[in-house]
Amino acid sequence: MAHGAGVSETVLVRGTVRIDTEACKGCDLCIPACPPEVLVMSTDVNQTGYRYPELLAGCTGCRACLDVCPDFCFEVFKYDRPIEVAVERR
Amino acid sequence: MSKRLVEGSEAIADAAIAAGCRFFAGYPMTPFTEVLENFAKKLPAVGGVCVNAESELEAVGMAWGALATGARAATGSTGQGLSLMQESFSEITLAELPLVAFNMARGQGDYFQSTRGGGHGDYRHIVLAPMDITEAVELTQLAFHLADVWRNPVLVQGDYLLAHTAEAVDVAPIDFGPVAPKDWAADGTMSGTGQSRIISPLGIGKRNTPGPGMEAHMQAVADKLARIAAGEARAETGFVDDAEHLVVAFGTPAKFVRYAVRVLRERGLRVGYVRPITLWPFPTEAVAEAATGKRSVLVFEINAGQMVDDVRLAVLGAAPVSSIGGISTDSSGFGVGALLDVEVIAGRIENAVGVAA
Amino acid sequence: MNEPVLHRVGDKLPLLLQSGEHDLCPGCGEPVALRILLETIAELGMAASTVGVVGIGCYTVFSRTLDVDLVQALHGRAPSVATGVKRMLPDKTVFTLQGDGDMVNEGLQEVLHTAARGENVTCVLLNNGVFGETGGHMTATSVIGQRTKTSLEGRDADYHGYPIVIGDLIARLEGAAYVGRGSVQSAGAVARTKRMMRKAFETQRAAKGFSLVEVLTMCPTGWFVPTAEGPSYMGETLAQVHMMGELKAR
Repeated sequence: MAHGAGVSETVLVRGTVRIDTEACKGCDLCIPACPPEVLVMSTDVNQTGYRYPELLAGCTGCRACLDVCPDFCFEVFKYDRPIEVAVERR
Repeated sequence: MSKRLVEGSEAIADAAIAAGCRFFAGYPMTPFTEVLENFAKKLPAVGGVCVNAESELEAVGMAWGALATGARAATGSTGQGLSLMQESFSEITLAELPLVAFNMARGQGDYFQSTRGGGHGDYRHIVLAPMDITEAVELTQLAFHLADVWRNPVLVQGDYLLAHTAEAVDVAPIDFGPVAPKDWAADGTMSGTGQSRIISPLGIGKRNTPGPGMEAHMQAVADKLARIAAGEARAETGFVDDAEHLVVAFGTPAKFVRYAVRVLRERGLRVGYVRPITLWPFPTEAVAEAATGKRSVLVFEINAGQMVDDVRLAVLGAAPVSSIGGISTDSSGFGVGALLDVEVIAGRIENAVGVAA
Repeated sequence: MNEPVLHRVGDKLPLLLQSGEHDLCPGCGEPVALRILLETIAELGMAASTVGVVGIGCYTVFSRTLDVDLVQALHGRAPSVATGVKRMLPDKTVFTLQGDGDMVNEGLQEVLHTAARGENVTCVLLNNGVFGETGGHMTATSVIGQRTKTSLEGRDADYHGYPIVIGDLIARLEGAAYVGRGSVQSAGAVARTKRMMRKAFETQRAAKGFSLVEVLTMCPTGWFVPTAEGPSYMGETLAQVHMMGELKAR
């Protein structure tokens, strides 16, 4: 387990999402819906004034976010094989 | 085809089917019930469907759905049942669907309901009022034609006498000319193409195929109603040219009035008649022209005085207009009262124009 | 080693939606249910042979974007309109889209009679227990204790009466062939609801009779809760009375 700032860690990434941040109304429903918990709400807001989800490393491409999103913000992709991504963890 | 002695309710169903009606939904109510019975009996044989709906609200809704697919479809009731349908009538008119509805009324108290509409918003039906079964066979078929031509509901206004007396009639299809193909119909074939259709009273269209919007759509329907008003009025006149007095009547009572006028002519009274065949559009010009120079204009209708308003609007003070009809019913409330009698009507005309009995 | 290849596993928009833009509130469950409906129709290969009848409620905004031949019905009257459509087009798939105010308040007799008749159509109910479009008023499915603008202290059985549990009522009718009640409160619930939607349309395709899919949807605006609490509020209130599950399958 990594401790402290700047510790490097490898995350297995199976998929990714494309997020239409301008279509988002900031309802938060995708955040708890994400099984690997890799969606977080932004601190910035979009043109309409809503915060929107941002993707961290570790997406599985399960499309849970797409399935619960009321505003058709997500497009979901899967890699044909998992890839390893190095991330900095606080 | 040859003539057959049939009741009006059967002749109306036959005429509707001859006009291509393939869907009917209704709820039993005297004196309309037998119209429903005849559709139930006859439609399946031509591949059509008749639903004994659970209420008038549902009957008109079912007809709405059938019309949306492009089929010729109809509903009907008495005025009481049509009261329940008015919400849908209003929206069907704004959705520009070619509904045909039959009102087998109890008397003539539904004139306002039929010509003004009992529902919300700006709408009118074309209202055809046959005086007998022979004419009902023609006007029923005309109703389906006009509904398609104008994409506007048409009401056939009858009564107990029309539905429940018998005449020898020949119900042959009448060709009123071509109507535009129903490319607006929502039959599922455009789903998923990006150009799918919507049948809506709101004029909204879809994102890819926007409609004109609510205001423009409602204005277009209003403009259409104005064209119908200008072009579809129908009336029959008789003995008008040399007449001093004019009687205006519609529907089956008009046939009694026509007879009474002939009787009075034989007695030397110079009286003529106008019979509006369309109650909306009201034949304003025909009534105004016939009323020109007359000493009196008398309106005979089996109600407390409704069409008399339209007659006054047509005559515009050029001659004195008065009601000589009235409420008249037998104990059942469905049928025909004492007023529907040639001698009684003739007496009322004589009394109104000052002829000593 | 080759670069990994990306495959799309989830489209932004369902095939039968012309645009994802809509004016519904943040956290609304209705667009989620709509996606389930549209994906099901497309996956069953019925896209080019389907007619929808849309009632009046918040979801009516989708009349403009559903890429399906549609008839816009009056509030409550969609099942009768769908009856007329289906009787003229028996080979087409016909569905209604209605809310609880539309189906269970204004149009209760229409849906009951249509179900009892065994009319071979699929009615889709978006049940959030509140009139969302008018701004949060009590419907016939609002649960006891639910605060609305017309039950300010919460629905009181003595004063307001009890809710109608419509799916259970319809399941008792002989003409109803399939009745399922799901929700959109989580991805798992969406998956279960989608299976119900599929069974309902398969029921219609097999001409077995009437089918109903009731979908509990979040209305955080009409429930007066934050959007993120919509799913849990539903679980603690609406879903305790309108219990999820397959209620009938023939």
